Amino acid sequence: MIQVENLTKYYHTLCAVDQVNFDIQKGEILGLLGPNGAGKTTTLRMLTGYLRPSSGNIRVKGLRIDKHILEIKKILGYLPESAPLYHDMLVFDYLNYVAAIRQINGDKKMARIRRLADLCGINEVMHQPIGELSKGYKQRVGLAHAMMNDPEVLVLDEPTSGLDPNQIVEIRKIIKEIGKEKTIILSTHILSEAEATCDRIVIISQGKIVADGSADNLKQSTGGKNIMNLSVQNTDYKTVQETLAGIRGIDEVTCISETSSLLKVSLSYASTSDLRPEVYRKIRNTDWILLEFHQETQSLENIFRELTKED
Amino acid sequence: MRQVAHIFRKEFSAYFISPIAYIVISIFLLVTGWFFFATFFLFNQASLRTFYALLPIVFAFVVPAITMRLISEELNVGSDEILLTMPVTARDVILGKFFASVAMVVAMLIPTFAYPLTVSVMGQLDWGPVIGGYFGAVLLGAAFSAVGLFASALTRNQIIAFIIGLAICFALTLIDKLLYFLPRSLLGVFAYLGADLHFQNIAKGIIDSRDILYFVSICFVGLYGAYLALQAKH
Repeated sequence: MIQVENLTKYYHTLCAVDQVNFDIQKGEILGLLGPNGAGKTTTLRMLTGYLRPSSGNIRVKGLRIDKHILEIKKILGYLPESAPLYHDMLVFDYLNYVAAIRQINGDKKMARIRRLADLCGINEVMHQPIGELSKGYKQRVGLAHAMMNDPEVLVLDEPTSGLDPNQIVEIRKIIKEIGKEKTIILSTHILSEAEATCDRIVIISQGKIVADGSADNLKQSTGGKNIMNLSVQNTDYKTVQETLAGIRGIDEVTCISETSSLLKVSLSYASTSDLRPEVYRKIRNTDWILLEFHQETQSLENIFRELTKED
Repeated sequence: MRQVAHIFRKEFSAYFISPIAYIVISIFLLVTGWFFFATFFLFNQASLRTFYALLPIVFAFVVPAITMRLISEELNVGSDEILLTMPVTARDVILGKFFASVAMVVAMLIPTFAYPLTVSVMGQLDWGPVIGGYFGAVLLGAAFSAVGLFASALTRNQIIAFIIGLAICFALTLIDKLLYFLPRSLLGVFAYLGADLHFQNIAKGIIDSRDILYFVSICFVGLYGAYLALQAKH
């Protein structure tokens, strides 16, 4: 659906996006992840034709963006960061204007606006000026704007930033709903959001792609670690350390907290191995009272931090 | 071209949604009305000459005030990102906004029809120069609109856009009054650049293609400058 080849953008001498390559398949929800200033917004702006790339190429449905920008804009819907809309227009007037520019006329227009108002939940604010809306509603109006032409590709720049938890859940639900048929590219710096909504995650840092794959793939491929958390009674840290460090494969035993009644430790080992049986067998031979026994794989947060560390 | 019409409609109605249009029109009518009728009975002539003599300098103030928000507000709010990622070109945007500004100038001139009507009741009014004057006023308004639009595309700050627009329009209006500071060889060029001279020619009722060409070229240069300024942002 979309091919990005060697995309590069310089702002004067500052390189914001550096030789970025990726493909997006039809029907995919792609999450663009990265710390602030990594080049997410710049990439999306080039993808939507707002900024011209310094070099490199973008193809949407086989059309080159530098030659067929108008055709591409017609199948694209874009919600910029923080939804910069005309403040003094009424929501309805605004959507009406967008529909006109998108060349949707007559009966179709009213039907479309009504459908979007239902989908985005903006029926009750239709006759208010956009400037008076709360951030959440503004974001929804922006979403309605982006979906006006029933776009094949929807580009959303931080669609949930600044929303409260309820609104975030709702916007995600809408994105999931649309994502069943459409190609969606969204940028975010909230990792759980990317994990929850996206089929594929591209992590960029300082203008370069540092990881590309599904959330599960990323977790496996980065050589992460498994962490096991234990809570035990009737022993002390020293004994636990001596007992468990003897198991082959365990890299580290660390004490999380120790009180007279409860000891919490965590063990770490390579994510390729599963040491739970061995640990259990060891503990069974002691007189410890085991209260908690829980393994977690390395979270996306750790991978993200690892990959986007500044040198 | 259809996109130009949509943008025109949106921008033109935006003037009347906010208080800008009403304020600008009132101030324009107050200033021109006062200066015109304050001396009208002293001259004891049934003509609009004093009105037209004043018009370029008033336009130099008022038209940049009309155009100042057109692009700089978009840049400030960031809504240009939304606008330019819809299927419109920078050319559509600039033309739409330009026509909206010209329409606003026309809307501002319409109430002044009361002046020639009043005058024609009081004396023998020659309608030729009056019609020529209105035609010239629209051309002048269009040229200043293009200049103002260019100023508006330069900055995200409306006040700065207004001041730049005002400075250029002011210079165009007064340039032929400052000719004695200039070397003789440049006189012809600078005399031709003066907007006032061309406007007064038309306002006398003489429609000369050179004067029309002058205003059309100012429009073109202003709009093309605005186009380049908008493109440079990307």
